[in-house]
Parts: sequence; structure tokens; C-alpha cells
Amino acid sequence: MGKNLVGNHIRKLRFNHDEMTQQQLADKVGVTRQTIVALEKGNYSPSLELAFRIALAFNLPLEEVFFYGDNTKQ
Amino acid sequence: MTYQEKKSIVSIISAILIFVSYCLYMYPRYPGGGVESSEAFRYWGSFILFLTLFSIVAHIIISIIFNIVFRITTNEKEPTFADELDKLIDLKANRISFFVFIVGFLFAMGSLVIDQPSQVMFIILITSGFISDVTGSITKLYHYRRGV
Repeated sequence: MGKNLVGNHIRKLRFNHDEMTQQQLADKVGVTRQTIVALEKGNYSPSLELAFRIALAFNLPLEEVFFYGDNTKQ
Repeated sequence: MTYQEKKSIVSIISAILIFVSYCLYMYPRYPGGGVESSEAFRYWGSFILFLTLFSIVAHIIISIIFNIVFRITTNEKEPTFADELDKLIDLKANRISFFVFIVGFLFAMGSLVIDQPSQVMFIILITSGFISDVTGSITKLYHYRRGV
């Protein structure tokens, strides 16, 4: 299974938000920890609704949490 | 390894154990006489019916035991709901599972076309049901580990 083109900064953002655990984020956005693990590994592209919920959990706009394509230059 | 991955592995192992133990239990009970006798049809009917009931009950019991063991060993609560990833993986697993069963079903019908005894048809049907169950669990495990 190839990596998804939708990447994210969830791991970094969790760390910057008082080292929020995966479970805490999962509870906040209403998914299981497995889904947060899959998102951080780049194994899953979330639905638009979930992407917005995650961005809201960090109080950031969507594009600061998620990016499309290779983001290694940033 | 997460809850869902462990659950998929337990599901694969329990499906194999349930099927093998049930077959070992039922094999000596195959009726004598002609393979097309009404007793044989009754045997295959009860084989499929009781295998379905037995596997449902066994899966429920194994699932309860697994949840208890999971809580004790990890101090983590199992997820009480299925989120969008779970539903997506379930759909993919079901699609592959149904495909495998339909292929088996067609082979079973094909065996009748080429004048095989009805016993062969039932064996193919039951085996394809078992393989489709295992394939579904393997698909789930694959997607939970490698992504969607």
C-alpha cells in the first residue's frame, strides 16, 4: 500500500500542545487511537470532516495541519 | 500492536480453530449408504446450520475473552465504537470476503454441472465460506497495518 499524498503535522502539533497523547487527540475528535496512529504514519487520508475536527482541536486552520504532496521543503 | 490488529489476528486464529475442530467433530458422523441418500443431505444441512450457530457463539465467547485479556494485559479500554477508518476497512474486507465466497459458490455450482456428487458441491461451498471468513480477517489486518 503506497503512502497517501495527504500529509500532516499531527505528531509535531501534539508535541507542541502540552505533549497531548494520541488517545487524548482521538477522544477530542471522536475517533479511535488506531486512526490517529494511521494518520501520523501517513497510512490514511482522513475525511474532510475529520480533517476539520483535527484542525479545530489544535485551533489552527486546516492548511497548517494538513498538506498535499511532498512537504519536505517546508 | 493496536487493539484492532490484535483482534484481527485473534479472529483469524479462532476462525481456523472453530472450523477445524467442528470438521473433526463432524467427520466421523458422516452417514453410510449412498452419497446421494436423504441422510447425506440431512447431514450436510445440519453441518452448515450448526457450523453457522457454533461459529457465531464461539466468536462471541472468544471476543469476550479477548477483551478481558486485552484490558488486563494493556490496562487500555477497547474502543466502543467504529470510526470512519474502521468502517472503511470493514467495507474493503467485506468486499473481498464476498468476492471469495461468490467464486466458491460458482465453483460449487460448476461441480454439479460437471456431474460431481453433491458431496463435492457442499464441501466446496463450506470451504469457500471458511476461506472467505479468513480472507476478510486477513484483509482487515493488512489494512490496519499497512493503511488504506
